[in-house]
Amino acid sequence: MTSSDLNWDAIVIGGGHNGLVAAATLAKSGRKVLLLEAGNEVGGAARTEEFAPGFRVSSIAHLLNRLHPDVVKTLELERHGLTVERGDFVPSVVLSKDGPLTLHGAYGEVLTGASSAEQSAWKELRAQLLRYAGVLKPFLSRRPPDLGNMSLAEMTGLGQTALALKRLGKEDMRDFLRVLLMNVYDLLDEQLSDDRLKGLLAFDATLGSHLGPRSPTSLLGLYYRLAGEIGGLAGAQVQPKGGMGAVVAAIRAAAEKAGVSIRRASPVARVIVEKGRAVGVVTQGGETLRAKTVVSAVNPATTILDLVGPREVDTGFVRKVKNIRMKGDAAKLHLALDRPPQFSGVDAAGHKGRLVIAPSPVHVERAFNPSKYGEFSPEPVMEITLPSLVDPSVAPSGACVLSAVVQYAPYALKEGWTSGKPKFLRAIMAQLETYAPGIGATVRHAELLTPADIEARYRMPGGHWHHGELQADQMLMSRPVSGWSGYDTPLEGLFLAGSGSHPGGGISGAPGLNAARRIIAMRA
Amino acid sequence: MNHHPTIKPSLDARTAAQSHFRMLRLGTPFQPRIDALGLKQDWYNWAGYRAPHSLWDEELEYFAIRSQAALFDISPMTKYRIEGPDAEAYLDRVTLRDVTKLKPGRVHYTAWCDDEGFVLDDGTLFRLSPARLRLCSQERHLPWLLDSAFRYDVTVEEETEAVAGLALQGPTSFAILRDAGFAGVERLKIFDLAEFAHDGATVTISRTGFTGDLGYELFVPADKALSLWDRLMAAGELRGIRAIGYTALNRARLEAGLIVANADFTTSEHAIRADRLRMPDEIGLGFMIDPNKGHFNGRRAILEARARKKLRHVLVGLEIEGNIPAKHAIVYYKKSQEVGLVSAAMWSPMAKRNIALASLHRPYGDTIVDDLWVEIYAMRELQYQKLMKKAKVVPRPFIKLDRRTANPPADF
Amino acid sequence: MKAWDAIVIGGGHNGLVNACYLQRAGLDVLVLEKNDWVGGAATSRELTPGFLYSNCSYVCSLFRPEIMRDLELPRFGLQVISYEGGAVFTRDGDYLANYRDHDAHRREFARFSKRDAEAYDRYSRDVTRQCRFIQPLLMRTAPDPTSFRPRDLGELLHLGKKFAGLSAEEMALTLRFWTMSISDFLDEYFETDVIKANFALSGIIGTALGPMSPGTAYVLLHHYMGEVDGSVGAWGYARGGMGAVTKALAASFKVSGGTIRTGAEVDHVLIRNGKAKGVVLAGGEEIYGKLIISNADVKRTFLKLVEEKELPDIFLRRVRNFKIRGSSGKVNIALDSLPEFPALPKDSPVYRADMHFTDSIERMERAYDDWKAGRWSADPFLDMMIPTTLDPTMAPPGKHFMSCFVQYAPPKIDGRDWTDVDRDGFAESVISQIVQYSPGFRDRIVHMEVRTPREIEAEVGLTEGNIFQGELTFDQLLFNRPVPGYAQYRSPVGGLYMCGSSTHPGGGVMGAPGRNAAAEILRDLAKPSLHMSPAHDVI
Repeated sequence: MTSSDLNWDAIVIGGGHNGLVAAATLAKSGRKVLLLEAGNEVGGAARTEEFAPGFRVSSIAHLLNRLHPDVVKTLELERHGLTVERGDFVPSVVLSKDGPLTLHGAYGEVLTGASSAEQSAWKELRAQLLRYAGVLKPFLSRRPPDLGNMSLAEMTGLGQTALALKRLGKEDMRDFLRVLLMNVYDLLDEQLSDDRLKGLLAFDATLGSHLGPRSPTSLLGLYYRLAGEIGGLAGAQVQPKGGMGAVVAAIRAAAEKAGVSIRRASPVARVIVEKGRAVGVVTQGGETLRAKTVVSAVNPATTILDLVGPREVDTGFVRKVKNIRMKGDAAKLHLALDRPPQFSGVDAAGHKGRLVIAPSPVHVERAFNPSKYGEFSPEPVMEITLPSLVDPSVAPSGACVLSAVVQYAPYALKEGWTSGKPKFLRAIMAQLETYAPGIGATVRHAELLTPADIEARYRMPGGHWHHGELQADQMLMSRPVSGWSGYDTPLEGLFLAGSGSHPGGGISGAPGLNAARRIIAMRA
Repeated sequence: MNHHPTIKPSLDARTAAQSHFRMLRLGTPFQPRIDALGLKQDWYNWAGYRAPHSLWDEELEYFAIRSQAALFDISPMTKYRIEGPDAEAYLDRVTLRDVTKLKPGRVHYTAWCDDEGFVLDDGTLFRLSPARLRLCSQERHLPWLLDSAFRYDVTVEEETEAVAGLALQGPTSFAILRDAGFAGVERLKIFDLAEFAHDGATVTISRTGFTGDLGYELFVPADKALSLWDRLMAAGELRGIRAIGYTALNRARLEAGLIVANADFTTSEHAIRADRLRMPDEIGLGFMIDPNKGHFNGRRAILEARARKKLRHVLVGLEIEGNIPAKHAIVYYKKSQEVGLVSAAMWSPMAKRNIALASLHRPYGDTIVDDLWVEIYAMRELQYQKLMKKAKVVPRPFIKLDRRTANPPADF
Repeated sequence: MKAWDAIVIGGGHNGLVNACYLQRAGLDVLVLEKNDWVGGAATSRELTPGFLYSNCSYVCSLFRPEIMRDLELPRFGLQVISYEGGAVFTRDGDYLANYRDHDAHRREFARFSKRDAEAYDRYSRDVTRQCRFIQPLLMRTAPDPTSFRPRDLGELLHLGKKFAGLSAEEMALTLRFWTMSISDFLDEYFETDVIKANFALSGIIGTALGPMSPGTAYVLLHHYMGEVDGSVGAWGYARGGMGAVTKALAASFKVSGGTIRTGAEVDHVLIRNGKAKGVVLAGGEEIYGKLIISNADVKRTFLKLVEEKELPDIFLRRVRNFKIRGSSGKVNIALDSLPEFPALPKDSPVYRADMHFTDSIERMERAYDDWKAGRWSADPFLDMMIPTTLDPTMAPPGKHFMSCFVQYAPPKIDGRDWTDVDRDGFAESVISQIVQYSPGFRDRIVHMEVRTPREIEAEVGLTEGNIFQGELTFDQLLFNRPVPGYAQYRSPVGGLYMCGSSTHPGGGVMGAPGRNAAAEILRDLAKPSLHMSPAHDVI
């Protein structure tokens, strides 16, 4: 019997972390699950790859800061080799000509390098941000409410949020409602005075989105970040040993343990639709695979426009899908260095953390401006990690890996990335040189992935990590598109489980888990 | 930056194109002839065109439809040319009816819906050749049609101004076309179309119309409009051909039980209030829905509404006692409970009945059809004369004329 | 000493509206205005012989018709004339016009894109739906979502019901609409840059935001919610200039027995035991009143007119955090003849419409980048009109008054105050833009008045020159306007109220804040609001 004859309960398209989480969760519910991965390895943009002989690096995501606790628990990831301890937390260091400023522990439980006035202002702001993010946190692990047709469970969920709000107390609740859709820039101006700290927060709020700190709603990005947790602490971050590939390996192990069949190098050509129902897929190799449920953990636009095709769905829906904004602004830089760089004024512990170049909110905003017109930032902002300092096995002895997420690099660069890329690399290197003098001379190999490269390599349209801008009008009930935010699609039997769905991207596994829960609840 | 075309139109062409503010109502290609006949100068705005309500006498214009032949300018109707290898598949996905069953040389009346299953418009689809079709409608839909064409090998072009249209309706219409020299027109059965030579160009003649009578519609390039008009008028001189305005046509269509978009129902792109939206089953177009054909827009919502009994309205034909037209009258159940509204009403000279179209809230008009009343507010010398009249749900059309479908068409 | 029933600080349109309603409800009301004329930012002034300048606000579309009726403003000379559409000139020598006639409008759009021409109806439907949802909120006090008072709960329920009455599609659009940028919103309907620019301008006028900023779709609504005699969304012009609005209000106020003192600048509010007792004028004169209502913006009121010690910390903090950055300026010009625009046919109604020269969203956004950087826009966005083509009373025969609203102009230049040299540079950026489309324009100029945020603040008293008395972002709308907890026109000081545009529903010559404040004051006095007709129906 060939696999074509098998009738699967569920076929999951895409072996990124969300696909793996969805597949594992479905398999654990007793379903027979097949996962199809287009590439030669699972993991999607969360792989560990060799980019120069002997140098390995986390492909896109390089910090673990939001793996959802429900995912860890449901898939028993600790049993599959994923452990995070408090000692693994790494600091965030803001690089500056005025000397670095460091947020220690879980997002700055302790702040060093700032005045004492600033430290107490930060303490207050941090507590407030975490409180407010906490109100929003329960939404992460739930379907967004279906406004037209609210179920009892959804009402209860909203009721719980209202209660959480009430628990804030009247004045806090008022402030919460005021700042909810505010820009991060003005809020920081209200409460802080140190440009370095403000620059870091402005950077974190806008990382991965087409917003500047002055754009209204940009504060939501910071909430999203702080609604995530790792090792039980909101805002914490770790550099996973073995890179992000090791995290994915644990999820894959859980999936395989649960009985998921994983097929690599099996790109799906199309979803088979019969009478408005998805009944299986055809691989690019021409093989037909049928299943009761098809779960797509790849990009929503790819799923609907390419795999299903516009002929099987309605025009209004196609319009909505085409209107999802997903042009990435983040590039990824990988440097193979002869030796570890020395960032001025940063101590050894700091070098193992996240090093951020975002000297002020104004600087971040200025970096954002050109991206609106299809130009890259002449003075880009970035977060840098040196993974080989945490895990020496990823680089040859004595050498060093530098991994950086760099903004703003608009997907649709007006001059085209062919000529733009070397220029942008020079702009990045100039920034690095400022904060780590001499680094340029130690570069053995540089790999710069623009959003266009990310699109091509990781099958992420627009090179957008979140598979769709994570902005207020593309969140919750409007993610991936309004009317279809609960992982369902207009096609019966077809579900979306990737970062393009609520709550969005980052290595959280929440979309995959929520989608699987939805499918399980429907059949219960 | 700017997306202006790099090849700029010449300054003269631009100046000419800018002149809308000087002519708010366009004339159609037939305007010189209609102006000459428009003794009443009684115009209305039809989609930006100056169109006649009536040319000389609305009663007599109506009777021209029923006893002779009436010539009605339909050029303002919105027309789209849809062409390409995927034209059939594309239209099958856009519209409700099964386009794979629409053979070249045939026309059908159809409708199309948005994702929620609400009717965007109704119209006629002409299959000019296997891969070339024309869609005619009341409203404009270019963005919808273009967005629907995504990943279809098809071109959609708006050709309202480029193509002139005439309806020739009435018992002598066939004889006029034959006498005008359109040889072979006698072979056209109802909903057939064919192309004929005219003035060095081609005229498309279909046996279709909006009157429930024997009749034809003719489409011709705009620059051949006047010669076509003259050719028909000359041939029809002895057959009683008369040009008519919309009032007369509107009566004929009501007798035929046909509905008009944004008169009998609100099209979905114009409905500001959510409860004005209508599904095909709610305006009598349920017959177009074919759940067994391939996917079509709105299918999911329409079938779900049917399955879950979510249909809220129904459009019915009413026969009302007495003779006073019940235009825009409220419909009551047991004289007290408001259950709907009349959208069109008249005394029918052909049926000799007082007829109306009404939109009712289900189950009224659907399962409850007894004890329905209309309250007529008849304005007479600055006073409303209120009449409560019994209304009976009757099938449409209100009149059925054998000559409409007779083959060969009768030679009057 | 006489104690007035109510003293209104500031004779702007909202102060006068408020005063009118209170006077008509039987109170003895005094309006104090620092300038020698009333009107605030709604004035007509003869700055050069024979020419009347609408030197601040220049369009009358938002002014609530209910107020005009209640206060009998037509009787006192207020007459609003609709513009004949608008136009955007393009850099290639053409223009895109908005005609009032639906079909001419469509055919004009079709010159640029047939698709966009036919997309307009759906766009218009969707925007109208949003307007209908929001419009009724203008004439209501915003509910306090943190309150359990029956009235607030009732209002919240009312809002909830209105929302629940929407279709699922409408709900979804409403949710997105409030947070989208006008640029992204327009991208969902239109493909042509100049057509998008044509609509986007309503999303930025008066704001410190660019068309690509989230939240600007809502600002568009703010400008569309107006109506001229039932024609929703229409923009119009007051005969005799915008001063006609406040002139009529002042006349109505006086006829009903009210008192106005001009040249009477309030130095501070007199407060005893946490209760407002009166005001002290700049000259030291004390005037007593049982109620004090401030038409000044919230920052001026509570950071300048009230002593810090009278206010709770949290309130002060919120007032300080109120965003009121100016973003616009005004160049008012007297012309000795009608300017010519070679792109425009001589008989075009566009001469009687508002004109713009920014033909792409990118140009608008780049103009905003300049504001963020603390400089005036090198390539500014202009909303320009020649009111004398509609209203010959404003200039000598054959001569014209031109009003140019200019964006963007920051409250400070690179962190420092504006200088006269800056002001001249700013004016030159405007004139040189106009000259590109109207050769010889410079030679027609008889007189010119240039108003940067500095002049607007100095003369009208609008903090930082912000024409809306506070930015229109979500954190400052509805129950957040001006500050959370005090969005119902009251303040922490007993007897001290707010009635300016800093309060809900915000700026523009609308009058709704003044009226809503009057309604709350009368409620506190347990007086019936007999002279207040119900808000217009939205059916």
